[in-house]
Amino acid sequence: MEIVNMDYTQFLAMKQEIGLLIVFIVVFLYDTFLPAKSQKALPGLTAVLMLILTVCGIVFEAVAPETLSKTAFAGMYVSTPVIAALKTILNVGVVIVLIQSVNWANSSFMAMRRGEFYELLLVTLFGMYLMVSARHFLLFVIGLESASLPLAAMVALDKNRYESHEAAVKYILTAVFSSAIFMLGLSFVYGLTGSLYFNDIYAALTGAGVNMMLIVALAAVVSGVGFKLSLVPFHLWTADVYQGAPTSVTSYLSVISKGAAAFAFLVILVQAFGMLYAQLWEWMLYALIILTITVGNLFAIRQKNMKRFLAFSSVSQAGYIMLGVISDGAPVATAAMMFYILVYIFSNLAAFGVIGAIERASGKLSMDDYRGLYRTNPRLSVAMMLAMFSLAGIPPFAGFFSKFFIFTGALSAPGVGTAMYVLVLIALINTIVSLYYYLLVVKAMFIADDQCVIEPFRSSASERLGLWITVAGIIGLGIASWFFSELNVLTATYPLI
Amino acid sequence: MLTNPLIYFVVIPLLMLAGIGLCNNRNVGAIRAVAVIGSLALLTLSTFLLVDFLGQRAAGADAAMLFVNDTVVWFAPLNIHLAIGVDGISVAMLMLSSIILFTGTFASWKIDQPKEFFLWLILLSTGVFGFFISIDLFTMFMFYEVALIPMYLLIGVWGSGRKNYSAMKLTLMLMGGSAFLMLGLIGIYYHSAADGNLTWNILTIAANDAIPHGWQNFLFPMTFVGFGVLGAMFPFHTWSPDGHASAPTAVSMLHAGVLMKLGGYGCFRVAIYLMPYAAAELSYIFLILTGISVVYGAFCACVKTDLKYINAYSSVSHCGLVLFAILMLNTTAMTGAIMQMLSHGLMTALFFALIGMIYGRTHTREITKMGGLMKIMPFLGVCYVIAGMASLGLPGLSGFVSEMTIFVGSFMHADMFHRVFTIVACCSIVITAVYILRVVGKLLFGPVYDEHHLSLTDAEWWERLSTVTLIIAVAAIGCFPNFFVDLINKTFTPEIFSVLGMTSTAL
Repeated sequence: MEIVNMDYTQFLAMKQEIGLLIVFIVVFLYDTFLPAKSQKALPGLTAVLMLILTVCGIVFEAVAPETLSKTAFAGMYVSTPVIAALKTILNVGVVIVLIQSVNWANSSFMAMRRGEFYELLLVTLFGMYLMVSARHFLLFVIGLESASLPLAAMVALDKNRYESHEAAVKYILTAVFSSAIFMLGLSFVYGLTGSLYFNDIYAALTGAGVNMMLIVALAAVVSGVGFKLSLVPFHLWTADVYQGAPTSVTSYLSVISKGAAAFAFLVILVQAFGMLYAQLWEWMLYALIILTITVGNLFAIRQKNMKRFLAFSSVSQAGYIMLGVISDGAPVATAAMMFYILVYIFSNLAAFGVIGAIERASGKLSMDDYRGLYRTNPRLSVAMMLAMFSLAGIPPFAGFFSKFFIFTGALSAPGVGTAMYVLVLIALINTIVSLYYYLLVVKAMFIADDQCVIEPFRSSASERLGLWITVAGIIGLGIASWFFSELNVLTATYPLI
Repeated sequence: MLTNPLIYFVVIPLLMLAGIGLCNNRNVGAIRAVAVIGSLALLTLSTFLLVDFLGQRAAGADAAMLFVNDTVVWFAPLNIHLAIGVDGISVAMLMLSSIILFTGTFASWKIDQPKEFFLWLILLSTGVFGFFISIDLFTMFMFYEVALIPMYLLIGVWGSGRKNYSAMKLTLMLMGGSAFLMLGLIGIYYHSAADGNLTWNILTIAANDAIPHGWQNFLFPMTFVGFGVLGAMFPFHTWSPDGHASAPTAVSMLHAGVLMKLGGYGCFRVAIYLMPYAAAELSYIFLILTGISVVYGAFCACVKTDLKYINAYSSVSHCGLVLFAILMLNTTAMTGAIMQMLSHGLMTALFFALIGMIYGRTHTREITKMGGLMKIMPFLGVCYVIAGMASLGLPGLSGFVSEMTIFVGSFMHADMFHRVFTIVACCSIVITAVYILRVVGKLLFGPVYDEHHLSLTDAEWWERLSTVTLIIAVAAIGCFPNFFVDLINKTFTPEIFSVLGMTSTAL
C-alpha cells in the first residue's frame, strides 16, 4: 500500500458527499436558528435542496462523467460514474419521499420534531453514500452504522404510538446484533487475509482454498448486509418495523435503504470476495434468493395491513434485486440491478404515497378498508393499481422491463448452466404468487362492490405531486429505453472489476 | 417506421384509448362512437393489408415476411428492436382480430360503465394486434402480457357468476404460462447466434439455426407449455371454462376468438419455427396431451348444461385440435391448423355473441330452463344453428375445411402412433355433433319451457350487424378455402421442413 499524503484535495473526490453535507448544514442551521413561524418552509426547502443535488448529479453524469472517477484516502473511498449514478438514483427516491412527507412533517404533531426527521434522514443517506463508495471495511462499517442507528430514531418518531416504540426497539436490537455478527466476520477476514481493503482481500484470497473459517467469515458478512436488505432469514424485523414506523419513514426505509444496501452488497461480494464466487457465495446467494422470494411472497399473501403487506412484498423484491448480484458483477446484470432499484423506488413510493394519503385523511390502513375505493377515490385507486402492476411486473409498466432485464442479466454470464435457469424459473413462478397478492389489492379497490369506508377526499398538493411523479416514472421509465441504455453504457465503461 | 402500415395496428388502438380516456363518463354516445370508428378503422386497415399483401405476393415477393421493418432499436444493450413484419398467417390473424373486435364492440353496446370497459377491452386488443405484428421476441412477449392482464378486470368487474374465482384463476394460470415462456424466450436469446451477435429477431434466429439441440430440448417445452396454456392444452385448460363462463359477452368473444389463438400462433411461430429439432423429438408428448384436450373437451361439453360452459369446453376441444395439427409438423396439417384457428375464432365468437344475446333476454344460460326459442326469436335461433353446423363441420362452412385438412395432414404420417392419435382425434367430430345437436334440440326446438319467454323480442340492429358479419366470414372460409390456403401457404417454406427432414406436401 503506497503512502498518500492527506490534503484537502482528497476531500474533493467526495463531490456528492460534500453536496449532501452542505444540504445537511443548511437544514440544520435553518432548523436551529430560524424562528418557529418560518419552520413550515423546512420540508419544502429540504426537498428543493435535494432536488438541486440530484440535478447536479445528473448534469455531472451527462457532461463530465470522468470527473466523477476518483479515489481518496489511500483507496478507502472510491467514486466512479456508476457509483455516482447509484447515489443519484437514491437521491431521486429521497426527493420523492421528501415531497410525499411534507404534509406529515407539517402536521401539528410533528411541529417539534420536524427538523429531527430531516436531519436524521440526511445523516442516514450520508451513511449509505459511504457504504456504496467504501473500498475498505472500516469505512464501510462507519457507513453501515450511520445508516442504521439514526433510522431507529426515525422509526421511533411517532412517539405517542406504542407500535412506533416497539418497532424502534426491534430495529435497533436487530441492527446492533447484526452489525456485531458482521464485525465478527470482518475480524475473521482480517485474520485470514491481513487487510480490510477490498482489493487486498481479493488478492489474498486468489488461489487460496476454501476453509471453514472463510465460510464462517463470509456467512457472517452476508448476514450482516442481509439484515439491511431484509433477506430471509434475516427479515424478521421487517414487518413489525414497517408497520410501526411512520409511513414516510417506512417508505424511506423500504426503498432507499434497500437500494443502497443491495449495491453495497454487490460491491463487497465482487470486489472483496470475487475469488470465492463459484466456490462459495454463488450458492449461498442461490439459496438466499430462493428463500427470500418464496418466504416473502408466501407471508405477503396473508397480510391485511397494507404496510405489513408491502413489508413482505419488499422482502421478496429484495430477492429479485439479488438476482442482479448473482452473476458476479457482469455489466448487464449490474445495470439491470440499478434499473430495478430505480423502478422499485418509483413503484413502491407510489404505493406508499397512496397509503400515506389515505392514512392521513382517514386513518385507514387495512386492505379491507380499501374495498370499493375506486368509487370514492378513483384517482388514488388508479395510482395504486399502477403501482401494484408495476411491482408485479405487468407491461407496459416499468416493473415489467426491470423484471425482464434482471432475469436476462442473471443469465448473462457466458456458459451459464441449467442451475441458473432453474433459479430464474423459481423466481418467475414466484412472480405469479406475487401477482396473486398484488391483484388482491386491485380486487379490493375495483371489484369489491362494498360501500367504501374511506370517504371521498382531496389529497394535498404535495401528495398529488409525489404521486404524479411516481406514476409518470412507472409509465415512462420502461418505455423510454434511455434510462436502461445509459446505465448499461456506464456499467460497461466502468465495470466493477 | 411510420410509413409502415403495420404500426397503425398499434397506433389506432392507442388513439382509441386516448379518445375514450378524454370522453366524459356519462357520454355513452361518444364512447361508443370512438369504439366503433376505431374498430372500423382497424377492420379497414386489415382489409387493405390483406389486399396489399396478396398483391405483393402475386407480384413475386417471396420473402418469409413482408412489410418488415426491423431497424428501430429500442434497448440497445440487449439488442431489442421494435421489429415488425407479417406473413400470411399474421395477416389472417389480424383480419380475424379486427373482425372480432368490431363485432365485439356491437355485442357490448349496452354495457355498464362503458368507459372503463372499453378502455380495458381496447388495451387488450392493443396487446393482441401488437403480438401479431411483432417479429421481435421481446416486444412479442410484452404485447402478449398486455393482452392478458385486462382480462382480470374485465371478468372481475363485468363478469357474472363466480367471477372473482374465475378471474383470478384465469389470470394466474395464464401468467403462470407466461413465466415459463419468459424463461424460454431468454434462453432462446442467449443461444440465438453462434457468433455472439445475440438477437431477439425471429427471422434472424431461424436463419441462424444456432440453438444447440440439448438446449432446444429444454427450451421447447418451456415455450410450448407457455403458449399451450393459452391454447387450452390439457391439463392446463381449466382456466378456460370458468373464465369464459364468467366473462361478459364481448370479452368471451375476444378471448376465445382471438386470445386463445395467440397460444396456437405462438406455439407455431416461436416453439416450432425456432426449435424444429426439439419439436420433432418431443412432439409425441404434446401430441398425447393435445389429443386428450380434443376428446376430453368434447366429452365435457356433452354433460354441461350451462351454454357458456358447453361452448368453452368446445373451445378447449377445437383449440386442442389446433395444437394437435401444428405438432404434426407437415404442411397440410399446419395449413389446417391455421384454418382451424380462423374458423374457430369466428364461430366461437358467433356462439358467445349469441349466448350473450340469449342470456340478455332470458337471464339464464341453463339449457334445462329454456326451450322452443326458435319460435320466439327466429333470427337468433337460425344464427345459432348456423354456428352449430359450422362447429360440427358441415361442408360449406369453415369447420369442415379446416378439420378435413387437419385430419388428412395427420394421416399422412405412416407410423402407428400418429395414425392412432389421428383416429382418436377424429372421434371428436362425432362427439361435437352430439353436444351441438343436443343443445339445438333442447334450446331451440321443442316446447316453450317458460311462459315468460313468449314476450321476448328478437335481435336488435346492432346484434344483427355483429352476427351477420361473423356468419359471412364463416361462410367465406367454408366456400373459398383456397383463397386462405394460398394466403398462408407461403409461410410453410420448404426451409422449415428441410430442417425437420420432412417433405412439404402440397395440398
